[in-house]
Amino acid sequence: MKPVIFVLILSMSAFPQEPEEQKPIEPLSKATADDLAKGKRIFAGHCAPCHGPAGNGGQGANLAQPRLARAPNDQSLFEVIKKGIPGTEMPTAWQMIDREIWQTAAFVKTLGQLPPEIVPGNASRGRALYFGKGSCQACHSIHAEGGKLGPELSEIGIRRSAAHLRQSILEPEADFAERFLFLRVVTRDGKSFTGVRLNEDTFSVQMMDTGENIRAFWKHELKQVEEMKGKSPMPSYKGTFTKDQIDDVVAFLVTLRGEK
Amino acid sequence: MRWAIALAFAGALAAPAQNVSWERILNSDKEPGNWLTYSGNLLGHRYSKLAQINVSNANRLRPAWIHQIGEAHKFETSPIVVDGMMYITEPPGMVVALDLKTGRPVWTFKHPLPTDLRLCCGQPNRGVAVLGNLVYYGTLDARLIALDIKTGRKVWEVVMAEYKKGFSGTGAPLVVKDKVISGIAGGEFGVRGFIAAYDAKTGKEAWRFWTVPVPGEPGVETWGLESWKTGAATTWLTGAYDPETNLVIWGTGNPGPDWNGDVRPGDNLYSDCVIAVDADTGKLKWHFQFTPHDVWDWDAVQVPILAEGVVHGQKRKLLLWANRNGYYYVIDRVNGQFLHGKPFVKQTWSKGLDDKGRPIVIPGTAPSIDGTKVFPDIGGGTNWWSSSYSPQTNLYYVAARESGAIYYKGEADFKEGSLFNAGGARQIPDDRSGAIRALEPSTGNLAWEFKLLRTPGAGILTTAGGIAFTGTSEGDLIALDAKNGKLLWRFRTGGSVNSNAVTYLHEGKQQIAMTAGKGLFIFEVE
Repeated sequence: MKPVIFVLILSMSAFPQEPEEQKPIEPLSKATADDLAKGKRIFAGHCAPCHGPAGNGGQGANLAQPRLARAPNDQSLFEVIKKGIPGTEMPTAWQMIDREIWQTAAFVKTLGQLPPEIVPGNASRGRALYFGKGSCQACHSIHAEGGKLGPELSEIGIRRSAAHLRQSILEPEADFAERFLFLRVVTRDGKSFTGVRLNEDTFSVQMMDTGENIRAFWKHELKQVEEMKGKSPMPSYKGTFTKDQIDDVVAFLVTLRGEK
Repeated sequence: MRWAIALAFAGALAAPAQNVSWERILNSDKEPGNWLTYSGNLLGHRYSKLAQINVSNANRLRPAWIHQIGEAHKFETSPIVVDGMMYITEPPGMVVALDLKTGRPVWTFKHPLPTDLRLCCGQPNRGVAVLGNLVYYGTLDARLIALDIKTGRKVWEVVMAEYKKGFSGTGAPLVVKDKVISGIAGGEFGVRGFIAAYDAKTGKEAWRFWTVPVPGEPGVETWGLESWKTGAATTWLTGAYDPETNLVIWGTGNPGPDWNGDVRPGDNLYSDCVIAVDADTGKLKWHFQFTPHDVWDWDAVQVPILAEGVVHGQKRKLLLWANRNGYYYVIDRVNGQFLHGKPFVKQTWSKGLDDKGRPIVIPGTAPSIDGTKVFPDIGGGTNWWSSSYSPQTNLYYVAARESGAIYYKGEADFKEGSLFNAGGARQIPDDRSGAIRALEPSTGNLAWEFKLLRTPGAGILTTAGGIAFTGTSEGDLIALDAKNGKLLWRFRTGGSVNSNAVTYLHEGKQQIAMTAGKGLFIFEVE
């Protein structure tokens, strides 16, 4: 028995585990105009490419709202910027010193203090247009119902601003996410498939074709892989909806905030 | 009596020595059945004379066994193989001895790490060194540790530098004669870089070469505004040794802080250099700086490759170096004289190199407050993973990255032990790719390339079987024909490859070992 105790004591004293340095940050409200200007500049360079110049969403989440799902308080906002979000495209900010992260966080917080966007239009009329004249559900799903080719829209009201949604309906190719790259492949025996790329590496490509079938190919089996970069399978609704109807559809989409 | 007989019998059966003399390391090319030093030989070639696995049977490579690690950190180790045993490091701080016959660990050593480590970029370790009956490795809290090769018990431990100042150990040490030589990491913390040699038996420091001069030393005039105080120039990879000149040849990293050169006017010696120091004294013999006054973070932290060749019609002793800044260099390894240079990837920051090898920087390519687009990106045209030189094909092999970035200039406040960066960069998502390239060593001209969809993160092993062995960041291990780049074999591991392969014989049969994801994969021909 004794040797065991001895070893335990030894190991505890020989390997002191120092407490992790997790100093609470200064409240973001203490940021000066100069701090906010620096934060804004960093945001423009590092964050805006995904979150949009005004922070109201793009490839990344809409940050221009009073409460952020992943960062409900100052500390968590700082941590999310510093450490990124594993499993997503949100990277760590290893190049930034803590002060820069703090300045960026303070600026991000100001985005949520902007007055909420006024969205004209009628959401319930928009809902009818979405499922009726627009047939949006052919490609998009809400709460797992609808098509599988296009982006899922259950939380689109959190992820995108109304202006961004309006633009996507009128000009789908203006800001097209790489994740939904449209592909056409031709096999060596002449069969052709078009669809959305699911994955690709040096040797293979995986896609969902327009019939929602998952198809995988070795590249050596293919005669041609055509990447339709910047092209979207989604049509512009400019001629389909009237101006008021577009307002209605946007008003409906803005209500999609994750809750059923 | 029975015991004595049994012991004698056991000795006659196995007799694996696991005792590695300096002569064995110096002549490692003569025993390709083992892998005794980081790059296979001291010249940095990462080339093996083994030819059992070759262009005609590589398509029959199959896994013999796989060793998995428990941690999610990048698994960058380059194994050392001695007489039937394999020695690897596992992130963040372990050494494991694996029996080659069964693939099972026979001992494990775990160095306890403090929780307040100062690291910029994950918790990697790239491997061990061996000499005599000891195994050496560096730790993330900047210690150098020697373990008994048969038991893994600690024999000595020295503090190379104070980790709380930002120092860490990630690269494999290099044994030269009776010394263990190690570099140090911490270039993003404004530390003072060095390489140091320790007595292999006792751990007593024999010499130390500081890569940033202080007042009174030559080179300090290249650091304006007293910026030598935070110069960095760390040495976080393994160098090479030239027995003909008795020189240890080693690469150095970025000057501190990154991305804002305004606070450190001058060339910033010896950052982004190759340095050659006397193996016995640590005295600097020559240096060559690839990127003077670097503002992009292009550490010259690559493995030096020492070879012979004809340049400008003259037979020379050469140092071959594909650098993170996008240029391939040919340097005289006796005196450090620049002989030739040529881009091996797309670069947009310089018009070329002058006749001394100094880059002619294009104005307006430095990082700026609003961002400056430059190729290559922070990761560079290549990075720490090993290039390879095959005497059989007389080609130089490099895993090349084609990628640009928007570079930003910021401000840095130095605080000891804290990240000391001044800006950063954002990668450009479109227009990124990679390639395995074979270059003619004397000219840097492209002999062939094998294109990769994404930028690679793994080094290259070449063999007398005519194979170039490497991996992709998408998770494939691949064997290429070293003569023409034709794909011979591919194996989907499912994890990004961030390491260098080694090869050796197990019971007379050639095996290849390389990590991918969280696994160490051992292959042989079926």
